[in-house]
Amino acid sequence: MAINTDKNSYTVIFASLMVVVVGALLASLASGLGPKIKENERFEKQQNILYAMGVNQNVDEGSVNFIPTDRVEAEFSNYIKKQLVVNGNQAEEDNEAYLIDMKKQLDILKKGGEAKLPLFVGEKEGKTFYIVPMYGKGLWDAIWGFMSLDEHMVVQGVYFDHKGETPGLGANIKQRYFMDDFTGESILDGSRYAGVAVVKGNNDPLNKDKNDNEVDALAGATITGNGLAAMVKESVTLYKPYLETIRKK
Amino acid sequence: MALLSKKDANLILDPLADNNPITIQVLGICSALAITAELKASIVMAISVLFVLGVGNVVISLMRNIIPSKIRIIVQLVVVATLVIIVDQVLKAFAYELSKTLSVFVGLIITNCIIMGRFEAFALGNGPWKAFLDGIGNALGYGVILIIVGFFRELLGSGTLMGYPVLGDPITKTGLYATGYENNGFMIIPPAALIVVGIIIWVQRSRNKALIEEH
Repeated sequence: MAINTDKNSYTVIFASLMVVVVGALLASLASGLGPKIKENERFEKQQNILYAMGVNQNVDEGSVNFIPTDRVEAEFSNYIKKQLVVNGNQAEEDNEAYLIDMKKQLDILKKGGEAKLPLFVGEKEGKTFYIVPMYGKGLWDAIWGFMSLDEHMVVQGVYFDHKGETPGLGANIKQRYFMDDFTGESILDGSRYAGVAVVKGNNDPLNKDKNDNEVDALAGATITGNGLAAMVKESVTLYKPYLETIRKK
Repeated sequence: MALLSKKDANLILDPLADNNPITIQVLGICSALAITAELKASIVMAISVLFVLGVGNVVISLMRNIIPSKIRIIVQLVVVATLVIIVDQVLKAFAYELSKTLSVFVGLIITNCIIMGRFEAFALGNGPWKAFLDGIGNALGYGVILIIVGFFRELLGSGTLMGYPVLGDPITKTGLYATGYENNGFMIIPPAALIVVGIIIWVQRSRNKALIEEH
């Protein structure tokens, strides 16, 4: 039996059926896999926060190695002593602070509302780490990260990630050779909260100068690098009132 | 090949060389330029397209007699988009790390002109088995070029392959870099892909004169 596929009524029925079938298929898939995906995202955030404070499985130089997902929850509660929500120079504890979506909070701030800014206090081998989250724009899409600081506002470690930066170029912000450069840099310039700039041709490719508030940029990723520097600056400015209360002068 | 008739085998072999989607038909160039700065990304993209084109061609071929011709492009888009979303969601749930590497390509796969091109030119007019072979063949032809371009761009641009340094360390000047060799920064930006693809086209046509178009 040949169907007359040119008839308008057939076209409309076909299109409607297709939408219903595809919609149902995708909706059931999304709700079926949803909890598993949420859990993966939660683990990833814990891994990232721990990574920034140096709790990871990195060996020498090379690739990024997180705490495995089956252990991350235990390690997270082990190393992260306090989860805070910061408001100006005040802070209160909130054990779910790591689930706060930075993007939403920054949007609230932009509209002049009162945001909940999360900050994590970690302890490792007797040292205290203050881990600051950040969120900004790269070339194509969102970039975000975590930066751990000590009481002197010296970076102890960072983790950056991105949604859609170009592979081989901007996507390299999550490579060890870029992130490791931040360690040891001060976010202060005198007593000003300057952040850490991403600079081209600063004659310091080995990053020996740790007091210049600069790291070497990635070739071919100018806009991602600038976005990242702006993100770091925004975040330290945002947290400055609270960081001032813990800073040892 | 005993498994396939000669005609069927050609469906796979043709797009690998004499009817390659990138070098002969010049389709799928945008993704070939965008993601080939690294070998790993090229391989991941090649596998993703292999899956989407193989399955998509079969689905479209099975539906070829009931698709209203007026909205066939929309139907094709829906099929590609659905497949890509399914793959993305399943990976996010069961292979989270891999899904993060892939996320960049999801949008690129949907807009890849090779996929729409094969649906339109082949799957709509042929049976599912032939369409499957055609999809696999074209995806392989696309993937081979992607991997060749990715190989040269990563090697010459960053001195690494799959992220592992193969030429020594450019900063501390070891290995090949000790002789004064430098990475070519041009190779990691997209125009370099155009030049590499151009060289592949040149080599291919100079070896097979039948491919040269007459003016």
